[in-house]
Amino acid sequence: MAERRGSKAAGSKAGASRSPAKVAIPQLVWHDVRPAPVVLISGAQEFLASRAVSGYRDFLRAEDPSLEISDVEADAYTSGELISLASPSLFGEPRLVRVSNVEKCTDAFIEDAVAYLAQPADGATVLLRHGGGVRGKKLLDAVRAASGVAVEVVCADLKKDAEKMDFASREFRVAGRRIAPGALRQVVAAFSDDVAELAAACQQLIADIEGDITEDTVTRYYAGRVETSAFTVADAAIAGRAGEALVALRHALDSGADPVPMVAAFAMKVRTMAKVSASRGSSASSLGLAPWQIDRARRDLSGWTDEGLGVVIRAIAEADANVKGAGRDPVFALERMVATVASRGTLVATPDPW
Amino acid sequence: MGTEAGEFRPTLAAAGVGGPGYAGRVTVWTEITGQRDAVAELARAAAIDPRDGFGPVSSEADGLFEGLSDTDGSVTAADGAASARSGGNANAMTHAWLITGPPGSGRSNLAYAFAAALMSPDGRGDDNTVRQVDARTHPDLGVLATENVSFKIEDVRRFATTSYYSPSVARYRVMVVEDADRMTERTSNVLLKALEEPPERTVWILCAPSDADMLPTIRSRVRTVRLRIPDVDEVAELIARRDGVDEATAEQAARLAQSHIGMAHRLATDPEARRRRDDTVRTALGIRSVGGAVLAAARMIEVATADAKAYTESRDAEERESALRSLGVEPGAAVPAALRSQLRALEEDQKRRATRSLRDGIDRILVDLLSVYRDIVMVQLGRPGAVINREFGDDIGRAAAASTPARTLETMDEIAVARKRIEGNVAPALALEAMLVSAVR
Repeated sequence: MAERRGSKAAGSKAGASRSPAKVAIPQLVWHDVRPAPVVLISGAQEFLASRAVSGYRDFLRAEDPSLEISDVEADAYTSGELISLASPSLFGEPRLVRVSNVEKCTDAFIEDAVAYLAQPADGATVLLRHGGGVRGKKLLDAVRAASGVAVEVVCADLKKDAEKMDFASREFRVAGRRIAPGALRQVVAAFSDDVAELAAACQQLIADIEGDITEDTVTRYYAGRVETSAFTVADAAIAGRAGEALVALRHALDSGADPVPMVAAFAMKVRTMAKVSASRGSSASSLGLAPWQIDRARRDLSGWTDEGLGVVIRAIAEADANVKGAGRDPVFALERMVATVASRGTLVATPDPW
Repeated sequence: MGTEAGEFRPTLAAAGVGGPGYAGRVTVWTEITGQRDAVAELARAAAIDPRDGFGPVSSEADGLFEGLSDTDGSVTAADGAASARSGGNANAMTHAWLITGPPGSGRSNLAYAFAAALMSPDGRGDDNTVRQVDARTHPDLGVLATENVSFKIEDVRRFATTSYYSPSVARYRVMVVEDADRMTERTSNVLLKALEEPPERTVWILCAPSDADMLPTIRSRVRTVRLRIPDVDEVAELIARRDGVDEATAEQAARLAQSHIGMAHRLATDPEARRRRDDTVRTALGIRSVGGAVLAAARMIEVATADAKAYTESRDAEERESALRSLGVEPGAAVPAALRSQLRALEEDQKRRATRSLRDGIDRILVDLLSVYRDIVMVQLGRPGAVINREFGDDIGRAAAASTPARTLETMDEIAVARKRIEGNVAPALALEAMLVSAVR
């Protein structure tokens, strides 16, 4: 009882001092395991978070195989659970408490966790998994202010291609395998949408293949699978590479792209080109475009005529109508549009449906 | 679905009807410009007493039609009154009406005038009824209108249910559906039962640009009253009288608005609207390259967006404030989680309204452009006298000389295509660009 009261008082003190929401604890990347009494695993990237959690588990178990692991769901938490799971047992084994769903936690959990931060139990590691959002902000602020007690592992989405390349090359490095740079690029291109899929693909290659992984092996496994965006298709078509654009279009559609944003991407690129073509020499700001967009459009414009642009704009408008229900087959409308764009407007458009 | 350009709706009271100056000689029909036949038909129907279904209630039926400015139509008002009075004309009234006419011809105004006439005890629109209809607060008046692109089916369903209440004070319960064309087929079907067998004293008045916009099943359940496009002179006369502008301005506004009464009012009274229109016309006539066309489209979209924003933004803020007040949230306080869904619903409605008002703005631009190319083709075919945009005579002459009638007609077709595409949810910027590309000279 006395202990509870004490921890409560400490908790409210920690709550009072949290007002400037500063981060006073080390922020780590997902694969960096640094033991601490409290570890906050934040960020929306579920896969990396689960990797981080298992990283901690493996590390602690390697240190002492008698590790006691318990799981708590913060959204169904009742008062007192945390302290009873984290407090030392009879033989003093190390303990790992994995708390999930902190982004939906109960008020009781916030209270207990803030109190726990002030007096962490000896030999226990508490992993708090917070998937993002504002719920539990008081707790997050308290954790981030608790220097010396807590660390934070940030599991943000891998957005850039370079980050995905890093991730994939790390997968192979950790497994002690070598992969040719071209092969690595190919794997990342094939699974650029989802980190979990990318990791699974890497693991598959590691498990199946003996020795170094070459481009040939990757082709054998994942040939023909490319996750492309609408802009890849548009870029290829505008550059006049009809075949490549059509292949990319099929790849994009097969890996889940929707026809409507596809047309919008084309419209946006061609619109920028037309604007730039009309105003050679004028500044970026007067067109409402970024400088890189203008440079890009200038490069794209080589080989295009004014009439060609006109034909293409009309073809895109027609395709937009057709993918939105005026035509019967959205994919045909898209292919027609890609072919017209890739011909730079020299292909005669289909007769008007109206 | 037709898009109605111009959102101006003069109320009957603002027009002097039912106001302090209301006198027996002025009727609810006074402000309905250039629709003699339709007014005669509706006035005849309104004059019938629902209790016996025969003959007008008023012994002085001629007074009904005093407001009509001229009586040289094929069916004169006096004829209408006479035939109504002669009795035996129960067919003059029916339970469901469809008022069709081009945008700006005053469909909904006529509908409300008819509603006021139907609901007032004498069948000609008394002071109180007119005022209540103007404020849309009459207990026996049901109004279904939308500021969005289309009606929601729940709203229509609820509305149809209320048609089964019997009138509380008036002779009839009147259900007015503005823009009845803004319904999907599924939504229209909700009305079928109520339209076919309404209770004894319920009258439906639907408004739509044309009866082709309605389902055949609806068309067969209503009596259609067609409005015609009023003459420029008639509209000019109305604008001059009501808005107090000089005759030249009124004539110009009526001509440029192509007899769209709401638009003419706007052009006559709002210099900004005039400037925007001139800007649009000049921009369109100055397109020389595809790049120029795209820039012109961007400029037009910008104008339409600014216009729509000005119209919606202040109202959005006001509505949000009043919603917060009625939910009991202190100004500036955080919105409790339980109330957020209500605010989200409000925001979604506002977003729908913004879509509609942007579309209306773009449609207005397209209609203006249509008048320009019509002028060009008129000049090309040797009828320079019929030009609408006289202010741009020189530019139009030059444009006419630079192309052929066939090409101009092609551009006009493209305008029609663009309007259709925007209705079909094509990105407005893209539809406008494609249309203007065809106008490159």
